[in-house]
Amino acid sequence: MPMKIENGPFWKRVEENLQNNFMRGAVAGMQDRGYVRRLGVIEELGHWEEWRSLAEQIRKHTLENLDYYLMQLSENVANRGGHVFFARTAEEANDYIRRIALEKQAKKIVKSKSMVTEEINLNPVLEAIGCDVVETDLGEYILQIDDHDPPSHIVGPALHKNKEQIRDVFRRKLGYTKSSDPVELARHARETLRRDYLTADIGITGCNFAIAESGSITLVTNEGNADLVTALPKTQITVMGMERIVPTFEEMEVLVSMLTRSAVGQKLTSYITVLTGPRDEGDADGPEEFHLVIVDNGRSSILGTEFQPVLQCIRCAACVNVCPVYRHIGGHSYGSIYSGPIGAVLSPLLGGYDDYKELPYASSLCAACTEACPVKIPLHELLIKHRQIIVEQEGKAPVAEKLAMKAFRLGTASPSLYRFGTKLAPSAFAPFAEDGRIRKGPGPLKAWTESREFPAPSKERFRDWFHNRQKGGNPS
Amino acid sequence: MKVSLFVTCLIDLFYKEAGKATVELLERLGCEIDFPEAQTCCGQPAYNSGYVQEAKEAMKQMMRAFAAADYVVTPSGSCAAMVKEYPHLFRGDPEWEDEAKRLAAKTYELTQFLVDVLNVEDVGASLPGRATYHTSCHMTRLLGVKEAPLRLLERVNGLELVPLPNAHQCCGFGGTFSVKMGPISEQMVDEKIAHIDEVDADYVIGADCGCLLNIGGRIERLGKPIRVMHIAEVLNQHSEKEGNDNADENRKRAVLETGRGKLAK
Repeated sequence: MPMKIENGPFWKRVEENLQNNFMRGAVAGMQDRGYVRRLGVIEELGHWEEWRSLAEQIRKHTLENLDYYLMQLSENVANRGGHVFFARTAEEANDYIRRIALEKQAKKIVKSKSMVTEEINLNPVLEAIGCDVVETDLGEYILQIDDHDPPSHIVGPALHKNKEQIRDVFRRKLGYTKSSDPVELARHARETLRRDYLTADIGITGCNFAIAESGSITLVTNEGNADLVTALPKTQITVMGMERIVPTFEEMEVLVSMLTRSAVGQKLTSYITVLTGPRDEGDADGPEEFHLVIVDNGRSSILGTEFQPVLQCIRCAACVNVCPVYRHIGGHSYGSIYSGPIGAVLSPLLGGYDDYKELPYASSLCAACTEACPVKIPLHELLIKHRQIIVEQEGKAPVAEKLAMKAFRLGTASPSLYRFGTKLAPSAFAPFAEDGRIRKGPGPLKAWTESREFPAPSKERFRDWFHNRQKGGNPS
Repeated sequence: MKVSLFVTCLIDLFYKEAGKATVELLERLGCEIDFPEAQTCCGQPAYNSGYVQEAKEAMKQMMRAFAAADYVVTPSGSCAAMVKEYPHLFRGDPEWEDEAKRLAAKTYELTQFLVDVLNVEDVGASLPGRATYHTSCHMTRLLGVKEAPLRLLERVNGLELVPLPNAHQCCGFGGTFSVKMGPISEQMVDEKIAHIDEVDADYVIGADCGCLLNIGGRIERLGKPIRVMHIAEVLNQHSEKEGNDNADENRKRAVLETGRGKLAK
């Protein structure tokens, strides 16, 4: 699955998803339950704003010294007998991983959840050389066996499917015969996946945080699948975005707590695993060979720009979980594996404005995302910055909007023009008004009046009333 | 105390009742209202659409218009939050940076001004009925004013205030968002109205005219018997009984003293 989801133009996607009542109900339910749960664990921790500031500081410090920490990380991985590969592009990362698979003559590869391997579209590369690639995160597994249905949420990728739909997929693809009871469904997946873990030649993981001081990687799951992926196969490959790094265990602990609280409203998830290099002598399990693939793929060109704060992201999806736009249109409308506010900021940066020029506008700028972000990314401000670039550099703004904004500038910078223009407004709108209401507006008002009344500008503006009142000296 | 009113372009053109109520309310509390005629718009429609240069011209006009003001009060959380952003936007601009800081520092949203500057919570208003309050996003999240409107409304005589479910959720206005993303905006406002329906309120009260135009315009289209009111209109509901007048005099005196105290500092 590449970053871009091929499912038609923006408005077609949105209209289809607005019709999908099941998906919308599932998203709203997840958001509402998650909201309460998240506030609960925030309250319990106490001093949330101070924790956010600390987390932001950690992320900022790491990004400002990224070269140093990447060097430290790679040295420590190498000292522990691991191999490090820096991939500038998706192709370089995929080539490297393919070479390992060929070298190991791998037939089966098990994977734990990783957004970055979706971003670089790794699976088809491995499948093309005959590998059987199995996603082991339950959500990702469901999507994979359902003919690669795209993820609609960065933490809960199969959020858009209900248990009956999942049962049907299992029946069609796995010969499943039981009910839609989640316990039975999960048991079936576990039994099937267990065979895969035991026979896999390579395990591939993502990485929540790499720890520079020790060369370790941290994996956070509720299913324990990442532990099997890293304990059983002889070769382990961990793929990480180049910014997913912390200086020491101390910062890792802070960020893991922020991550689990923000992502799923839990103090801790069921499994938080820290792994350092390949198996040592005397270790009971673990890989014989360990590779860390550090992926740039456009990230270094965000460094040093006004968009740098987006690299603070720890992929918790708290912004997605509070977004009122995501709530109604769902993840697939974004046309990217990165959906919600973080997706609307990140996708145009990694994938360009041609494919994602609508996303920065798919926000009412309500700032719920900015408020929820545990590492204080000013998401709504970054959306405004995208709009600014679309207007000033990309030249992609509609002509009517440009004209309207020219008029805005003239009218608001000059009090006399403002007075003149607003004086004319009632007559300009008169043909459309009825009882002081506009029910079918012209131009941009048309979209408003599709669903709402709009007040016709009244002959007496506030300033006229105030002026007359002062002149008359007669408070009315 | 002299208060310079920034009425906002929306109120000037489309919602003058909220502006009138603001004037009358502040006067009743002993303020002298000054309305700088040169004011236009805070610049937000252009700024939020990515037209920063256009927005800055409007902002400069605002700074010129209110240069002589002691206090700038506006019945809009969103416009107040925009003005508070000026120092950030003009950082490093030798001509405007200081002016931007001065305007931001002396600008208050109406309820914030009443509670934090005038120290008034009971404005002597009365409105019988059941009401719910819509917390607008920019006022709560960007300006950080959460408590003031509720404290004022709790003291309105006869008004039963019921909490709005999912109050934290945006109503779908978002300025140009409401027209650029019309079908999405419509779903958002419909959900907001469904929650308003749940509490069976006579009134929906808000402190931002953008939200009120959006929620009110949809309520009107759907033909629902719910009245949408700006908080200034609610606080200006005032009976002329004798007892009240005495109370008003007391409030006025208190405000005047507060004002003198603050200005003397």
